Formats: sequence, structure tokens, C-alpha cells
Amino acid sequence: MTGFVDLRDVRLTYGGAADGTLALDGLTMSVQKGEFAAVVGPSGCGKSTLMKLATGLIAPQNGTIEVAGHEVDGPVSVAGMAFQNPSMLPWRSSLANVMLPLEIVQPHRSKFRSEKQAYTAKAEALLELVGLKGFGDKYPWQLSGGMQQRANLCRALIHDPALLMLDEPFGALDAFTREELWQVMRDLHAEKGFTTILVTHDLREAVFLADKVFVMSARPGTIIREREVPFERPRPIELTYESAFNDIVHELRDLIADARAAA
Amino acid sequence: MTDSRWITAAPWLWAIGLFVLWEGSVQVLDIPVIILPAPSDIWVATVKYWSPIWKNSVQTLYTTVVGFIMAVVGGMALGLAIGWSRSIYAGLYPIMIGFNSIPKVAVVPILVIWFGIGTIPAVLTAFLIAFFPIVVNVATGLATIEPEMEDVLRALGAKKHDIMLKVGIPRAMPYLFGSMKVAITLAFVGSVISESIAANSGLGYMMQLAQSQFNVPLVWAGLVALAVLGIIMYALMAWLEMRMTGWAHRGNRS
Repeated sequence: MTGFVDLRDVRLTYGGAADGTLALDGLTMSVQKGEFAAVVGPSGCGKSTLMKLATGLIAPQNGTIEVAGHEVDGPVSVAGMAFQNPSMLPWRSSLANVMLPLEIVQPHRSKFRSEKQAYTAKAEALLELVGLKGFGDKYPWQLSGGMQQRANLCRALIHDPALLMLDEPFGALDAFTREELWQVMRDLHAEKGFTTILVTHDLREAVFLADKVFVMSARPGTIIREREVPFERPRPIELTYESAFNDIVHELRDLIADARAAA
Repeated sequence: MTDSRWITAAPWLWAIGLFVLWEGSVQVLDIPVIILPAPSDIWVATVKYWSPIWKNSVQTLYTTVVGFIMAVVGGMALGLAIGWSRSIYAGLYPIMIGFNSIPKVAVVPILVIWFGIGTIPAVLTAFLIAFFPIVVNVATGLATIEPEMEDVLRALGAKKHDIMLKVGIPRAMPYLFGSMKVAITLAFVGSVISESIAANSGLGYMMQLAQSQFNVPLVWAGLVALAVLGIIMYALMAWLEMRMTGWAHRGNRS
């Protein structure tokens, strides 16, 4: 085991080990430090379950999960998470929303009051990095969906997590905004170098952003293919219109179509 | 007048219209005062009995507000407990439903046995009747935290009390203030019920007494006084709600 995130022979059943739904079975995957991994698969294959396992929110019935060299036996605080639903708190300004993790996670939690200015500056810098400069004092409901999702990414990254877990974060956005946010995500990853696991059903998104794409089978989910994406970084958005790019997308698409047919 | 000014004026216009219709119907149909006094009769009675109406209104307002404050404090505490823990929820909820189903008018005699007649049973009846909507609403606010939000925080190592403090309680506030609007009007019901059965003061008592003397205009004057108090307190709660949780009513603001 050498990766930053390692899952080995993981099995998970929902609703009781005996008669529950088998969500994942024999799932093994490994993501290196600093790597951007994407997980794609037919719907209902347990992609989101994978997120919860890797962050320690749920425990597998079988197999081992290691993050940053430690076996996961509870929530791992090295992770930041962002979901399709931005779930910003409407009574907090965007800035206060972004800073929420600092009020929770150690060691920031105990320093939060005394170093509030430094933290505020950090949050503002992060907002600027995703193109939300000057929007910190707006409330989430005053922002568009794309802007909320940018703020959501900032919230996931404010405590400098070594691992970023994304569950279809751009799924609810229109095509243009989505492409914009792919580039935001690409730049954030290039600048900060965190390890990322992106769960998505958008194959172009996966190929554009990831170093490595894991393809899952239908339920019970397992990894049926691990596809390296060889394109050099930084990747321009025009890459998504090149034939080499589309070849990989097609290859993944065929794999998933087969997996759906097999189910 | 512009549209928005019509809307501001609408409550007054409708109220005046209602009273005019009422007055006209009583006059035209020649309805006896003992069946339905006209607004003018009620007005005359209000002026004539202003001193007792005022004194008893203050008493009713006092018992209602004290009972209501107790309901808010107690309801929040119990709502938090129920929203916090599944086992408390499972255990306590059926008991609360059962308790809420008991007509409060049936509880008043028991309160009288315990505390005598007067202010205390009125306060407690107001409390008992206003308590339930507050508990249910606070608990609902806590129980409906978005699972994604909870995952985000739990993945950061947040404990239950962190999630409650940062998300649950602020989230429950619009539910609390919404339920306070319902609870304040219910509290009036509780007070008046208790005053009608067992008290020497308060609007309920006054109306009971007026009825026994066939002073029907005074009974109606008491009803109008109750309605006015109810509207004032409701408006106060609505204002408080806007003030405290304006973010939850953003459609009206932005």
C-alpha cells in the first residue's frame, strides 16, 4: 500500500449485512498523493458511498481503507467535501460560510477568535482565487448557482485539506458555467496540490480534470477499469474538442454502457 | 393610489367594510340586540364600560403573555431535546401527542384544585395550549438539517453539539418564530378559557359576568377587545420574526 488514499477489497451493505443492499463489493483503488482521480460509473453504482467510506463517515463491513498512511476508523479531518447541493447556510454571509470549517476543525478551532483577521484574509484570498472577489459579504441566496458552487469549493478548501472529495459538484450547473468551474477547479488543484477524488457522471469532466479515471461497475460496485489520462497540464479547455480527448471519453462511455448492460 | 398603497390600506378598508355591512344588516333586518348587537351598540358599550374593559384586558394580556413566554422557553428546551436525540423523540413524542389531544378546558378544574382560581390557572392554561406548536416546530427545524451539510461537518470531525450549534439551532429559528405567531393566539384562547371558568378578573370573566346579566353589547365588546389584543400581539410576533430571521423571508426583502 503506497497511495495517499487506499481502499482494498472493500465491501459495504446498506440496511443489515444479511438481507441489505450490497452497494460495493471487492472494491480496490489507490490514489497517489497530489493526484486528481475521478470515479465514473452507471447511476446507482455506489459512487457516493465511496465518498463516505473514504472520509470515514461510514465504515465498510469488509476490507481496509487507509488515508494518509492511517487506517480510517472515524471521520478523517484531513478531508474537505463538496456536493452537488452547495448547502450554504442562508443566515451567514458567503465569507462566514467559507470560514465555517475553521470553527470546527483543529487546530484552527482554538485559534479562530484570536486570529480571526488572518483567517478572514485567507478566506478572502481564496474567494478571489475562484473569481468571487468582493462577494464575501453577500448572502448565498444573493449569488447565482455557479457562484454558490465556487463558494462551496472555497469552504471545502479553507482548512487546507490534504484530500478533497467532490460529489458531482458541477452537476446542477448549466454547460457554460460548468466549463468555467472546471477551469477554476483545474487552477485550484494546480496551485494547492491537494489530492482529489471527484465522483461524477460527466465523462468529459472526468477526463478534463483527472489524472486517472476509475470506472465502476453497476451494483454491487467495483472498479472495472483504471484509465490514465495522459494529457499534459495545464490543460486548456480547447482540449475537450480534440479527438484524442474524445477517444478517451468514448472508451469510458463504452465501458459504462457495457456495465449497464451487464446489470 | 399605487398598488402598494392599496395593499397597505386593504386591511383597514376590509375591516371598515365588514363593520358597515354588519351595521347595515342589523339595522335593515331589525335584529334584536340580544341576538346580535350592531357595531354602534358595541361601541356605545365600549365607551360606557371602558374602565372595566381596560382593566380586564390588561389582566388577560398579562396572563397570556406570561403563559406564552413560559411556552416559548419550555417549548424551545423540549424541542431542542426532541430534535437532538432520536430516543428522546421516540419516547416523548407519543406522550406529547396524547397530552395535546386533551381539551385544555378539562384541565382547568384540576389546575384550580392545585392553585385556586385566578391568575395562576389562566397562565398555566395559556402555557399548556401554546406549548405544543413551539415544540413541534423547533424539533422539525432541527430534524431537517440537509444531510450533505451534516456530512461536510462530520467529515471535519464536528460533534453533534457543533452541528446543532452551527447549523441546527440557527436553522430552527424561522420555525420557532413562525410557531410563535400561532402560539400567541392560542395562548389567548387558553387564558380566556380559564378566566371564563375560574377567575375574578380578565376578559373571560368579564364576558361571563356580562352574559349572566344579559348585557350582550358588553359581551361583544369583550370579544372585540380580544380580537384587537390578538391582532396586536400577532403583529408584534410577525415583526419580531422579520427582525430576527429576515434571511428566511428573502423574497420580501431583496
